[in-house]
Amino acid sequence: MADITNGSATVTRVYRPPPSQATGAIGWMRRNLFNSVLNSIITILLVLVIGMIVWNFLDWAVFKSVTSAKSGQECGKISPDGACWAFVVDKYRLIFFGTYPYEEQWRPLFACISVIAMLVLSCDRRFWNAWLAAIWGIGSIVTFLLMFGQIFVPLSVLLIVALVAGGVGLLLRRRAASAIEVVAYWVLATVGAVGLAVLLWDWVMGLIGAPDLMVRLSAFVPGFTIAPLSYVETSKWGGLPVTLILASYGLAFAFPLGILAALGRRSKLPLIKGLCVGYIELIRGVPLISLLIMASVMLPLFLPTGMTIDKFLRALVAVTLFAGAYIAEIIRGGLQSIPKGQYEAADAMGLSYMQKTAFIILPQALQVVIPPLVNTFIGFFKDTSLVLIIGIFDLLNAGEQAIVDRVWSGYANEIHVFLAIIYFCMCYSMSRYSKYLEREMNKSVRR
Amino acid sequence: MRTIRMLAATAALATTMAVAGVAHAGKDLDAIKARGSLICGVGPSSAGFYLLGSDGKWSGIDVDVCRAIAAAILGDSEKVKYVPASAQQRFQQVQSGEVDILSRTTTWTLTRDTALGLDFGHITVYDGQGFLVPKKLGIKSAKELKGATVCVQPGTTTELNLADFFRANNMDFKSVVIESRDELEQAFYNGRCDTYTNDSTGLASSRATRAPKPDDYVILPERISKEPLAPAFRHGDNQFGDIVRWSVYAMLEAEEKGITSKNVDEMKKSDDPQIKRLLGITPGMGKALGVDEEWAYRIIKQVGNYGESYDRNLGPNSSVKLDRGLNKLWSDGGIQYAPPVR
Repeated sequence: MADITNGSATVTRVYRPPPSQATGAIGWMRRNLFNSVLNSIITILLVLVIGMIVWNFLDWAVFKSVTSAKSGQECGKISPDGACWAFVVDKYRLIFFGTYPYEEQWRPLFACISVIAMLVLSCDRRFWNAWLAAIWGIGSIVTFLLMFGQIFVPLSVLLIVALVAGGVGLLLRRRAASAIEVVAYWVLATVGAVGLAVLLWDWVMGLIGAPDLMVRLSAFVPGFTIAPLSYVETSKWGGLPVTLILASYGLAFAFPLGILAALGRRSKLPLIKGLCVGYIELIRGVPLISLLIMASVMLPLFLPTGMTIDKFLRALVAVTLFAGAYIAEIIRGGLQSIPKGQYEAADAMGLSYMQKTAFIILPQALQVVIPPLVNTFIGFFKDTSLVLIIGIFDLLNAGEQAIVDRVWSGYANEIHVFLAIIYFCMCYSMSRYSKYLEREMNKSVRR
Repeated sequence: MRTIRMLAATAALATTMAVAGVAHAGKDLDAIKARGSLICGVGPSSAGFYLLGSDGKWSGIDVDVCRAIAAAILGDSEKVKYVPASAQQRFQQVQSGEVDILSRTTTWTLTRDTALGLDFGHITVYDGQGFLVPKKLGIKSAKELKGATVCVQPGTTTELNLADFFRANNMDFKSVVIESRDELEQAFYNGRCDTYTNDSTGLASSRATRAPKPDDYVILPERISKEPLAPAFRHGDNQFGDIVRWSVYAMLEAEEKGITSKNVDEMKKSDDPQIKRLLGITPGMGKALGVDEEWAYRIIKQVGNYGESYDRNLGPNSSVKLDRGLNKLWSDGGIQYAPPVR
């Protein structure tokens, strides 16, 4: 028996690398940038143009820039063609914190850090459970405690929280939870509902002027106050915290609102469907500016003289309503992309409408719509600068206020570049995160 | 039946709201005292009039008016809450009671005084639209601007006044319209226009701070519009209106009598009966106005007289460096004039 391999001469094959000019950076350039005469010319021209622009920008922004000066004219004397970053150095606190009392500006600084930390933590998928509520609860208290300095929590808010927590627990976990848990939900919901009913009765009695018949309950338990710092009203807020709070809380409230409106629009109950369609179409039919003007100019005219609702709150509500309508339409698209079989399978399992929606439909629908959602989020982050027209100084408008100073006139570009960098950092990190999230979510379907 | 009940309920509700409305109206002064602060509407920053400083505090001559009123009513010029009032919504903010007083370069006009339901205080700055031209053009009068290229901001009365002026004088012009004031001035100093038109306060400050060589530019003598800038407040509370007017008069009177924030304490010992009345040494004035007798003393001590405020915000000590012109006291050849305090 002869071995098959026996006798065959071993041929030593030398694997030579491809020509050095066909691989690596050189090869890539040859293939993509210099593959014809015309392309080579275009490449060289573009490199020259881009190089010139970049060089001029660097020349202006770095090499010839002035970082310390007392006024714009001094900047001009030191280096007439360079950027005057001394302007930004002088005004950065105004830009970041607006009219917030100067000595207290560490508070908005830490409030910003708190909001950003809250947002970053919410980005981590490991926290997408009860932790998320905890993060936002604690983060919100810290943020607003810092910004206001003093928080008054009325009893009614606590009762509403109890009612909502109990109600949601009952709706979602009635079958799955242990007996004790269910009892706890019942207790929470009952305490909330009864308490609110009593408070409402009390309020109506006070309103029609019958305080003698009924002991005013709210006089006994009005709520509690946390007051470690001096009070700063919202009219003094400005700069970065305003932008962050308007954008993140506007979207945080708009997101559930959008989900409800999207579900409502697909509901079979005509009243709910009509209301949701009306809300979505009405809001989408008008520009954000008109909503803001409505909230800030028209609303006070309808209210009795002397009664005012906080302007910041009005802006927040307007932004929330507006974002909610757009988010609703995006989520509706996600809902429509779920195959009918999923609904039927959930029904076959005997799940209630709430369970079906919360555990089967929404998780799949939301996953599909991440890119358009983030797109809306980025858009809204920038749209918050429209609050200028109702006289709230967010980041952009605080920068505009800084430009007006005659001491520094002629150097508006520096402030605008500075603001653009801040906005870019925020928006770019949002878009990178959405990309990461898409990859994470699609692991199951990707090959 | 149900309709009738609905109607009745609506009517009852409407009545309640109307009554509530009436109960509040006309009590601006009481509201300010109860609140402990004056709410003052100021604009997005405008140099010299209301400007957010690097420390986030407002300053300017219009801001000083609010501080003076707060000093008179509440005893402390710092007890002012500043609410930004944009050009579009400032009047509604006064009407709806969101601000007590609008002190933001508001031109006093007939329709604003009547149809908008506002009242105006004393004119704090007499302004008017003018033209800034490079000296090398050799132009001495606005009448010589025939065929000129004019740099102008859009959407303001400035633009309309410009068209009116040229039409009235049978001249043609080309306008270069740029929204941002910063870019507009850049365009003018780079030679894109023959002349730049704006309120003369704005022209002066632009020349002082933006021009490569301020001496190369001249403001032409013509004023093509009257812009009397005055604080505005709601109709209905005459006592508050009196205090607004007399707070500014006190500042003017103080300048005329040579009382400044520095020497006001010495002036208390003065024998001049007019000074004694103003500073409350001879009582009566404060009582008549509905404030205490030290009202004018506090205004002068905490805010300063009119001249001090002008110099600090618009005049030589500021970055605007505006000539006082019409805003000089009547005794110095201007038209600022306070009625006698007696």
